[in-house]
Amino acid sequence: MYPATMKYLPNILFLMCFLAGSGYFAWQMRRIIRNIRMGRPLNLNNRLPERLKIMALVALGQSKMVRRPLAGVMHVIIYLGFIIINIEVLEIVLDGLLGSHRLFAPYLGRLYDVLIGSFEILAAGVIVACLVFLIRRYGGQVQRLKPTGDLKGWPSRDAVIILATEIILMTLFLTMNAADGVLQTRGVDHYIRAGAFPVSAGLQPLFAGWSEAGLVFLERFCWWGHILGILAFLNYLPHSKHFHIILAFPNTFYSKLEPKGQLPLDENVLKEVRMMLDPQAQPDSASSDTMPSFGAKDVTDLTWKQLLDAYSCTECGRCTSECPANLTGKLLSPRKIMMSVRDRMEELGRLREKHGPHYTDNKKLLGDYITPEELWACTTCNACAEACPVNIDPVSVIVDLRRSLVMESSAAPAALNAMFSNVENNGAPWQFSPADRANWIYES
Amino acid sequence: MQIKTVAELAAEGKSPEVLFWVGCAGSFDDKAKKVSKALASLLTQAGIEWAILGQEESCSGDPARRAGNEFLFQMMALQNIQVLNGYNIRTIVTACPHCFNTLKNEYPALGGHYEVFHHSQFLQKLLDEGRIRIREEVFKGKKVTFHDPCYLGRANGEYLAPRAVIRKVFQNIEEMERHGQRALCCGAGGAQMFKEAEKGLKEVNIERTEEALRVHPDILAVGCPFCKTMLSDGVKHFEKEEHIRVADLAEILAEAAAPIPESESKN
Repeated sequence: MYPATMKYLPNILFLMCFLAGSGYFAWQMRRIIRNIRMGRPLNLNNRLPERLKIMALVALGQSKMVRRPLAGVMHVIIYLGFIIINIEVLEIVLDGLLGSHRLFAPYLGRLYDVLIGSFEILAAGVIVACLVFLIRRYGGQVQRLKPTGDLKGWPSRDAVIILATEIILMTLFLTMNAADGVLQTRGVDHYIRAGAFPVSAGLQPLFAGWSEAGLVFLERFCWWGHILGILAFLNYLPHSKHFHIILAFPNTFYSKLEPKGQLPLDENVLKEVRMMLDPQAQPDSASSDTMPSFGAKDVTDLTWKQLLDAYSCTECGRCTSECPANLTGKLLSPRKIMMSVRDRMEELGRLREKHGPHYTDNKKLLGDYITPEELWACTTCNACAEACPVNIDPVSVIVDLRRSLVMESSAAPAALNAMFSNVENNGAPWQFSPADRANWIYES
Repeated sequence: MQIKTVAELAAEGKSPEVLFWVGCAGSFDDKAKKVSKALASLLTQAGIEWAILGQEESCSGDPARRAGNEFLFQMMALQNIQVLNGYNIRTIVTACPHCFNTLKNEYPALGGHYEVFHHSQFLQKLLDEGRIRIREEVFKGKKVTFHDPCYLGRANGEYLAPRAVIRKVFQNIEEMERHGQRALCCGAGGAQMFKEAEKGLKEVNIERTEEALRVHPDILAVGCPFCKTMLSDGVKHFEKEEHIRVADLAEILAEAAAPIPESESKN
């Protein structure tokens, strides 16, 4: 029995790593979904064909990414690398489980060479694109990517970890192929002739003098390093801005379908307004027990979609770079608004994990994470929402928080309070008499 | 020009083909009143049977809503909807993109369903139907640029209608660097019009005016009363008001419009 166990030890080891990696990811996803569900309910399961089309265009087709050509093209390369190299990961996983080597090769024949060859070219493309991104980030030419302001500390480290990991994974992949290629030419047992190595062929001379055992070790080391790296990276995602590679799909699927200018009706307010307008109306029993709240003070007052928006944000800062308030030196940054929502959601989620699902601390999104000064700088121009490559809607969060400031705390700037009272009393935001409303007709 | 109110028409047992929703700026702001006049004359020239609500019109509620006062918005909206539905209004045209957005997109949820046009859209329709004629020589040799209003452009995806109107009068439009989907706000939206800007390095309207000045236009065309105010202030800030005119689409068109001979006119 002993030799048999030994023979299958790598398979068993791989199976354990694979189950641990994907299991831990599933467990993390439960946490993420629970956090998103802290948001208010909202039914978005309508107009499915339209939603699928938006997802296909914006997430799969990257239509908004390429509006900025350099970043767009680089991103498409990395993205294609991610999607297409996953075919290779499937083979790697099956090889790991079955103890086979290049399982697909005999079935695919020439096509296999084409596939491996294109994976190599993509992998090299990914390395180049990641290097360009690192240079853009640390070369200081791109304001929104500088490691200051919104991106100070963790967000910038996060970005470097992601780019470095991708470079390492692709390097492992290419090195593995290089070693494999040398082993193949030497006709070593188990290393069948398969694949084309347009990129790693260039690395093969480096290993020409290596012994067979050394090459096998290198090939196995890179193989394990690559797949374990992928499993680790998968579990890094939920802690990172890189989560967008998954959440871009549901987030664009659940895009706002109404015109960008349309704000949602606050139903709690409508109940109150109807009661005010109709003296006969009875407060319904459900709402008479608890005071309804207006607008959003905390993440639990936002909808689940707004929370999904926050998790989908990859902190690219295109929103902030188009924001008129931010461009003119105001405190508001739409990116920071979404980052604050995520930070607060994570914090409250952790607390609720510990203390139960209804726990609240004495912190709030409004005030502790986002200040009124940020909120009052917004012109609701929707430049941020338009710029977002994954259709995040920061304006809705800003307006919901303003609603709380105004209707719960009566904390509007004095000038806006004056405007409110003019609208209420004169039917216009300025102090004119409603009786003079049509006087323009007679003026020359 | 005789302008009737819907109430006056109702007294005659009539209902207008189109309601001109003037808006608060169009009613009270000096620069915007000129736009109201221009649009009024164009509607009349085109032979549209139109009317205004006059004293029965109230703020649409847009600035209250964007400023977070959902109560006040809903009160205003319900009140306006009651008036509009009472007169059985079906078609509305307005020169204010904020009113346009609110009436078109936000009133339906409260029971107000109308076909709402921004004046650029309605004027484009009238031009296409040949109901407004243009004397092409009026603005000949003048350079024009167009500032997209956020609530017409990004908020409602309408970038073509205002440009179609301008192209009837000018050979071409000299676009600013940021235009269309990427157009920079004038700084007035989201109720900023009614408050001081938050602390910053610059005013938004100055940033936008600088951009407009870079294309050296004779005319800076706008489609929103707030944009008109903000950019006029910007042009004044740079002491360019002698050289650059900030004008609404309706004003430009009204000046370029040729009177249609009585014999051909519908009325």
